[in-house]
Amino acid sequence: MILSVTMLNEYIKRLIDDDMLLADVFVRGEISNYKAHSSGHHYMSLKDENGVIRAVMFRGSASKLKFRMENGMKVIAHGRVSLFTRDGSYQLYIDDITPDGVGALYVAFEQLKKMLGEQGLFDPAHKKPIPRFPTRIGIVTSPTGAAIRDMLRILKHRYPLAKVIIYPARVQGDEAPDEIVRGIAFLNHFRLCDVIITGRGGGSIEDLWAFNDERVAYAIYQSEIPVISAVGHEPDVTISDFVADLRAATPSNAAELAVPDMSELRAFLSSTNSRLITALTSLLSIKRETLRHLSSCRALRSPRFYVDDKRMLFEHTKQRFITAANNEIRRNSEKFLQLTAKLDALSPLKVLSRGFSVVSDDSGALVTSSANLLPGQRISVRFSSGSAQCSVIDTKDS
Amino acid sequence: MEKMTFEKALARLDEIVKLLERGDAPLDDSLKLFEEGTALVKKCGLALDKAEQKVTILTANENGEVTEEQFTSEE
Repeated sequence: MILSVTMLNEYIKRLIDDDMLLADVFVRGEISNYKAHSSGHHYMSLKDENGVIRAVMFRGSASKLKFRMENGMKVIAHGRVSLFTRDGSYQLYIDDITPDGVGALYVAFEQLKKMLGEQGLFDPAHKKPIPRFPTRIGIVTSPTGAAIRDMLRILKHRYPLAKVIIYPARVQGDEAPDEIVRGIAFLNHFRLCDVIITGRGGGSIEDLWAFNDERVAYAIYQSEIPVISAVGHEPDVTISDFVADLRAATPSNAAELAVPDMSELRAFLSSTNSRLITALTSLLSIKRETLRHLSSCRALRSPRFYVDDKRMLFEHTKQRFITAANNEIRRNSEKFLQLTAKLDALSPLKVLSRGFSVVSDDSGALVTSSANLLPGQRISVRFSSGSAQCSVIDTKDS
Repeated sequence: MEKMTFEKALARLDEIVKLLERGDAPLDDSLKLFEEGTALVKKCGLALDKAEQKVTILTANENGEVTEEQFTSEE
């Protein structure tokens, strides 16, 4: 019996479609030749070390997926196998697909993140500030590869003042977490640097897994020296990034965050210099202005006039003083003369010179009346000039 | 020592500029501050000019002793 190609294909198709296993099968493999078609259908191959099978996932089933498929991703696909008679190839029609192994890692990641978060390892209050001008930078990373080269290059360009000390460590594989932990501990123990950068270049989640390790998280948390985590590319986030004192998106970014930029420093120095000059210049000009203002006052400019002014004032005041003094003297002497004249008029001696005399008895008391005189009594008479001792002959009342 | 110098130098520069800009220091002191400031600017500039990056790598020998060696990257 000779079959047509179509008949052969139909036959095989029926064989496959009738098979119970092939109608409901789970397949483990790695995605390759992946293409997301504009129709919304996803075409790919699934392979392992020894073989490959074509597969397709139609838009309806694919729309429910929470993750994106990509080449290299290890998956477990569920579906049925059938023959596409047009080209005689059989393929896996996928109705559901999940990441394999990687899925397990994601779960582990979420669980560890939750546990360490509850223990306070991500507490912002615990994070230390990164020193602004580090003199020494410790880097725990692989000594080969693009990551370290990029970091060294950027550090040299921005801030060659800082010395770099590399603690070489594996950054993937089972030995990596231990080596990274030892690196951080060593740098801390001997206080070899002011800041630590730990990280690695980009890779798959398995490649980066060392930086999700619990031991590394504790080492970073306990480090007394501030730690900058620098793992993978910008969208890669690891536990180390949460624990670190500062997270850098990439190793290159870490180098930028660790040090100031020399060209900015130079600009700062230059502007500081300008500010110094400006401040001093303006100070000098203020002082100069003050001096000018003071020296422009009349006393300093024309001292002669100043002295003349003062002399005028002096003379004027002197004149007033003299006048006042003279007036005062004259007034006083006039008064003196007046008083002297009055005194003179009242003087008893004056009275005597007019012919009166002063009579006193022998006890010296003045006699002002004849009533107490007895004839024969001795009295003394004082004249304007001289005196006489007398005896009363006779008295007469008036 | 470099650390003390550079970082502290920048801090002192900041101080000096603020003092001078306040303008209430006597002229003598202001001139001295200006001199100090200019000298510092020069010193910091020199430090930046002269700086050469030093990179070392920690290596353990057979006895487990760790030493610091000059690092040469493979580029």
